[in-house]
Amino acid sequence: MDIIQSAKPLYAIAASLIAIVPIGISHRRPNLRETWTILASLVKFSIVASMFPVIFSGKVIEYPILTVLPGLDIKFRVDALGILFAGTASFLWIVTSFYSIGYMRTLKEHAQTRYFIFFAATMAAVVGAAFSANMFTLFLFYEMITLCTFPLVAHKQTPEAIRGARIYIIYLLGSSVAFQLFAIFLTYFTAGTLEFSRQGILSGKGSDVLLIIIFILFIAGIAKAAIIPFHNWLPAAMVAPTPVSALLHAVAVVKVGVFTVLRVIFFIFGTDLLHHLNLSTIMAYFVSFTIIVASVIALTKDNLKARLAYSTISQLSYIILGAILLTPSSMVGGIVHIANHAFSKITLFFCAGSIYCAAHKTEVSQLSGIGRKLPWTMTAFFIASLSMIGVPPVAGFVSKWYLALGSLEAREIPILVVLLASTLLNAAYFLPISYKAFFEEPEKGYAGNSHNDDTHGHSDSHGHGDAPHEEIREIPMIAIPLVITAIISTLIGIYPDYILSLARDVLK
Amino acid sequence: MNIVANLPVLVIIIPLISALLIPPIGRLNRTFSWYVAISATFLSFLISISLLDTVMANGRISYRLGAWEPPWGIEYVVDYLNSFVLVVVSFIAFIMTVYSKKSVEKEIERSKIPFFYSVYVLLVTGLLGMIITGDIFNLYVFIEISSLAGYTLVAMGKKRDALIASYNYLILGTIAATFILLGIGYLYMVTGSLNMGDLRERLPMLYHSKVVLTAFAFFTVGLSLKLALFPLHIWLPNVYTHAPSVVSAVMAATSTKVGAYVLLRILFSVFTVEFDLHSVPITKILLLLSVLAIIAGSVLAIAQTNIKRMLAYSSVGQIGYIVLGAALANQLAMTGSLLHILNHALMIGALFMVVGAIAYKTGIEEISGLKGMGKKMPLTMAAFTVGSLSMIGIPLTVGFVSKWYLALGALEAGMWYFIPVILVSSLLTAIYFWRIIESIYFGSAESETGHADYALVHNPHPVFGNRGDAPLGMLIPTLLLASLCIVFGIAAFIPVSVATQAAVMLLGAN
Repeated sequence: MDIIQSAKPLYAIAASLIAIVPIGISHRRPNLRETWTILASLVKFSIVASMFPVIFSGKVIEYPILTVLPGLDIKFRVDALGILFAGTASFLWIVTSFYSIGYMRTLKEHAQTRYFIFFAATMAAVVGAAFSANMFTLFLFYEMITLCTFPLVAHKQTPEAIRGARIYIIYLLGSSVAFQLFAIFLTYFTAGTLEFSRQGILSGKGSDVLLIIIFILFIAGIAKAAIIPFHNWLPAAMVAPTPVSALLHAVAVVKVGVFTVLRVIFFIFGTDLLHHLNLSTIMAYFVSFTIIVASVIALTKDNLKARLAYSTISQLSYIILGAILLTPSSMVGGIVHIANHAFSKITLFFCAGSIYCAAHKTEVSQLSGIGRKLPWTMTAFFIASLSMIGVPPVAGFVSKWYLALGSLEAREIPILVVLLASTLLNAAYFLPISYKAFFEEPEKGYAGNSHNDDTHGHSDSHGHGDAPHEEIREIPMIAIPLVITAIISTLIGIYPDYILSLARDVLK
Repeated sequence: MNIVANLPVLVIIIPLISALLIPPIGRLNRTFSWYVAISATFLSFLISISLLDTVMANGRISYRLGAWEPPWGIEYVVDYLNSFVLVVVSFIAFIMTVYSKKSVEKEIERSKIPFFYSVYVLLVTGLLGMIITGDIFNLYVFIEISSLAGYTLVAMGKKRDALIASYNYLILGTIAATFILLGIGYLYMVTGSLNMGDLRERLPMLYHSKVVLTAFAFFTVGLSLKLALFPLHIWLPNVYTHAPSVVSAVMAATSTKVGAYVLLRILFSVFTVEFDLHSVPITKILLLLSVLAIIAGSVLAIAQTNIKRMLAYSSVGQIGYIVLGAALANQLAMTGSLLHILNHALMIGALFMVVGAIAYKTGIEEISGLKGMGKKMPLTMAAFTVGSLSMIGIPLTVGFVSKWYLALGALEAGMWYFIPVILVSSLLTAIYFWRIIESIYFGSAESETGHADYALVHNPHPVFGNRGDAPLGMLIPTLLLASLCIVFGIAAFIPVSVATQAAVMLLGAN
């Protein structure tokens, strides 16, 4: 495989990191400040995009930064998996930036400068994680993401937000320090290196028991992947402003989690070793449990964001399931689901935010008839729900198709049943929302006090009581981004080849 | 006279003479005493750097006081280990002196300022002497110099509690010094020598002698008291809490570290690693105590409401790391232990300086008073954040480097079960530091008037309306130490190269 030395990955990371300075300086001039964010996101995406052709031609970009200690290098390598993730993340940052501006200004949120600063810092870390060439660099950015997103989650600074953010940090920092770091120590001690390699670095080293322990520690240590029972931080983090939730769920946090899991599965252990250790089936059932249980919990949630959160938990495990089944199709399915889920889920969250901004509604039960007032939003929501359920031609279908194929290749009929059951569950918790929005009559004389959400979402400063007299209509700055992501979701579903070939490159 | 050849003694002589000069000079003008202290510590720092440089280039330096041949005369020995510690301690002492001006003016009675600096420089002299000397009786002398200076400085704290703290410290410190002296006496009794290098050669044939074992026991207990190894740490929290801010900072960053250094010297240079591992169960005892220290220190730190006391318990835990690395007695762990001497000095130094700056500006010492402080003193709090993250052990900070080596050292020794101890303690550390970070940046401002009242009660001369960071004289040294927490976390190879050499030396043949 050809290796090209290039500083592009560094520039891609630096683009948003450097933007922090002008964003901070122009804190008194919001328009200028937001220009910097937009500019940085565009620059970042162009740099990432400029690497696509190189990766497609089968080459790899490397860029070593420095050696902290023997064996601990900070080094970047752009491969197919990394570019898939970085491309998705940096593109969605552009969209989210516009959306953020619309959202934050509509709600007149406080501390917007801090918000945009940490948003930019988080994106730098996300792309850093995507381009990490070894487990140390990845761990570094993993922790950086946790720390940089804390101010975003705690944004409202209400006792409730602080509590949510505290759960968030306890889960993420706690598990990564207690388990992931332990796993890294053991990996380094056993393998003598932390450098990712397609064959895995642990094969032939250490006893099976040790390797299984390392694997379990890794899985427990990557709480960002939100596998049950390490998922509680995700609903707790719903106190964040909606663009943050959207970003956390679609790209920044949870995807870094599954991305790290994939790195561990493919590049630390390697498929052969995992076959040898017989971890595949057990792990597959373990994540299947998450898929089903999270979907069932989602059914019970009336708060829209909470329902989406549990949906995310369930969908993330699709990705891990695909990877751990270790068959060609399943792995492709898992990898493409990173992008597919990202576009669809961000659309859903954007819609939740749009509903909140336009109508101050947070609960599913309040959404009767809202489709007539917010046609664009609810249409996009419908399209993205179809993707979640896995209906062709929307993106989610592609992933599900490959996952189903993979479960057959692995001769795991129960897994296929899990996938189908989860599809039904997805339909059961998403379709009623669209049905309500388009086919039910709005409740007359709604006073807004029947559904006080107190644990998730936006109840605090903006009561829903004043809604009836206010005209509910689309806010362009919010509606346009979500329409864009919905369209892209559909396009990926119709033309999946681009992403599929990237996914196959990962497995070469 | 050749100055370069006499550097090993000048590093002691310069601060010693300055300590004598400060009181008369201070009579002329009180600020002069600060200038003398700063020049003395700065010169010591420069000399230490030059010594480290020479050692790295040419190896061990031996200096004979008064040209008396060892083992009869006093020998000063500079090798990888102590040139490293020397640089750390003299650097911290210098930085703290720069920092001290404003803080001392506020916390110490004006007429006592020259006296304060005189004793302060004596403390530094004692610490540097403990590091550089190659003679165990001379070591005892310096231990007493630094201890007596320490008791005095602690007693200068504002509240009456400082006197009690100092008194307890005096009693326990004296017991420790007595134990060390007894140890020295026993060793002298059987070997007739006080020179460390000489003792190392003479002792092996006496390893089964009860006298040597007794001496060894006295040394270990006495030094463990000095370095505040759990459960002999009881003097420490009160001392750090009630001493003047600068004194807490200096003592936390240097005194216990020098104690740890001396323990390493006795364990691995005067005695040998074979003796520690095979003749006495000392490493097992120290491993157990260090684990207790790490866990108990962290747990007790969580329970504190006074920030200085919290940092004090945190230090108890961190000392556990240093001892853990030493007791694992392999190269990786020992490197981690030595690195932690530097790393912890930087972290705790920065943190105590922040606390001093807060006390200077607002008089607040309670954790509950720190709400919303991130807005009022942004740069100072940035330093605090960096120090805290480093304590937690986030990668690219010095704390991570120490933990990395200690963990690998534990694996190397086949004792993986120490890794959970390290990680659990990191989590506990995260709890007590994150609690503060959260409240300084995200604490709701509703209790703002609450602080004012609090500060009024506890601080007779409040500086309100004076929002903003600490004065530059305090801020710059604080930021410098905090940034070094990151610099040495990234460019870790610089201290690692020295520490590895020192570890090899300690564990191998001398």
